[in-house]
Amino acid sequence: MAEVKLQKLVKKYGNVGVVHGIDLTIAHNEFVVLVGPSGCGKSTTLRMIAGLEDISGGTISIGDRVVNDLPPRSRNISMVFQNYALYPHMTVKENLGFSLKIAKQDEATIEKRVAEAAEILGLTPLLARTPGELSGGQRQRVAMGRAIVRHPDVFLFDEPLSNLDAKLRGQMRVEIKKLHQKVKTTIVYVTHDQVEAMTLADRIVIMKDGHIEQVGTPAEVFEQPKNTFVATFIGSPPMNLLDATTATEGGRKVAKLADGVTLALPAAAADKVSDGQAITVGFRAEAFSPVGYGLTGDSEVAAIERTVTLPEPLGTETLLYTELGGKEVQGKMLNPRPVQPGEQLTFNLDLSRLHVFDKASGKSVLV
Amino acid sequence: MRFFRSRLSPPILLLMPAFVIIALVVALPLLFSLYTSFTGYRLVQPASLWQWVGWRNYQRLLTDVDFWWAFGRTLVFLTIALNLELVLGLGIALLIDKLTAGQRIIRTIMMFPMMFSPILVGFQFKYIFNDNVGLVNNAIQSLGWSDVTIPWLVNPVTANLAILMAEVWMSTPIFAILLLAGLMAMPRDPIEAAKVDGCNPWQVFRHITLPYLMPFVYIAMAIRSLDVARAYDMVKIMTNGGPAGRTELLWTLIARTGYQDARMGMANAMSYASILLSVYFTVYFFRKLAAARRTMGGVA
Repeated sequence: MAEVKLQKLVKKYGNVGVVHGIDLTIAHNEFVVLVGPSGCGKSTTLRMIAGLEDISGGTISIGDRVVNDLPPRSRNISMVFQNYALYPHMTVKENLGFSLKIAKQDEATIEKRVAEAAEILGLTPLLARTPGELSGGQRQRVAMGRAIVRHPDVFLFDEPLSNLDAKLRGQMRVEIKKLHQKVKTTIVYVTHDQVEAMTLADRIVIMKDGHIEQVGTPAEVFEQPKNTFVATFIGSPPMNLLDATTATEGGRKVAKLADGVTLALPAAAADKVSDGQAITVGFRAEAFSPVGYGLTGDSEVAAIERTVTLPEPLGTETLLYTELGGKEVQGKMLNPRPVQPGEQLTFNLDLSRLHVFDKASGKSVLV
Repeated sequence: MRFFRSRLSPPILLLMPAFVIIALVVALPLLFSLYTSFTGYRLVQPASLWQWVGWRNYQRLLTDVDFWWAFGRTLVFLTIALNLELVLGLGIALLIDKLTAGQRIIRTIMMFPMMFSPILVGFQFKYIFNDNVGLVNNAIQSLGWSDVTIPWLVNPVTANLAILMAEVWMSTPIFAILLLAGLMAMPRDPIEAAKVDGCNPWQVFRHITLPYLMPFVYIAMAIRSLDVARAYDMVKIMTNGGPAGRTELLWTLIARTGYQDARMGMANAMSYASILLSVYFTVYFFRKLAAARRTMGGVA
């Protein structure tokens, strides 16, 4: 059992705090992705789990051991680095077997485990080559192979795909997912790419400025963001956010936007706000579609006529830029027909999918 | 201006000045010295320049015990000095690399010995090991360890050690600075990967750091082997090859033969024989360097 537990974890460089007392429990065999913009402390957190950075405060435990003061070699973890960090003077085979050799395993075991890992990752034909003779994707696979031969308690991935081109990144993402299904080990994975986070994770941890903003399954953080940061960070395109004030009209709570449009708030939010409160309403592009090109179902919609400033065709859908509440917003047109800039369209806004945030704190009133 | 209309092709024409200068400065003197090694040329008798003796100088060399002692001593001196400097330089480089503050100033201070002329270093160590007023004897006697006056530069064994010490003192920084450059250019990731892979600090050094440094080690070795093989000034100052030729190295012997004994033909023959030593070391280290570069290259 390898549960990873972070308690009040703090990292400071001199007087500058980088990680401000985070708490997180990662279950056995769980795939957890730490995601956030650069400088949010995600890599530092990972390196503290690995033992490559000292801890300024709090505790880290792996399994039932507190590992605060253990060197990396005693933590039974393995790590895949952004720059692969292969040993250039060793062949692929030696790279894979290095940790076992250091652990004084006998030749037969090393041979067997290296062959196993090479088989899983399709490296068997490359075993005799040196890293210099491999492509980026192959090097990345060797780095992963080096991690899996050890049968560690925890895998740590530090932005492993950010040096690969877009196509290869997609392929490797799938391979990592498959790898997790095959080897069933706890994985902590750091990335700044929310798509990677969404596709890979059992649970996503969204970090900002050394704090955890939200922890949840991909669906949770996508559908119930706790605050405006998570709302804009997760999902592409980011959630549309508009300033508004609340009022009661005809017995219902509504949000009045800057340009006079009023939107009826979902029932769940209605009793959490008071009249005249400054709020931020948010909705995703999927909830804002031209009539007939998107929204299905019978939830309540607001029909809004708008001029398209810019259509962005993506094949199966077209992103439509227009204006609402004095700000640029994006809508989504599914199974699109060609749209010209300047064209007038009636959009339906799905009111049941409105998110309501307190403007001052940025926190969702719903979660 | 007929020259510019000459039939020679432009590349040859343009390279001509370089060829002429190299011929005058390098090729002709070299050929001349090679020629003299086959003559009985004595500096004080210019006419002897035309006295062709064939292989006689070389034949005498083969049986010249003094020459072979100097040759062997140079070889031993070179081996010990280079290895000692490598180990010490590596240690210093590793320590300096660990510094987080004041690294620049320490680096500069470390390079001070390189800034002195070898002649001055020779004088300094000659004084340090002087049997009457020297620092070492003074210290030994003041500390009460012994009241014997040790004749450091007169005893053949200690004289060689003293020269070796001066050499190591002066040149260790060269190794240190080259290896430090290697350490600083080294990527951090493989070291961290090795730590995670289960290496203790010694294993990290042995399996990762050292292989990374080998190209730098060979560069330093190649440069220094040439330097040490032509060691002259320090020996000249400290012992002048004495006592009784027991600290004589190749170049002190050659200089003595050529200028003091004025047997320039013989001295040139010795030079050509000893150049083989330098050529051997250079080729050896460059081979090693090329091999190390091949294995370390390729990964950014």
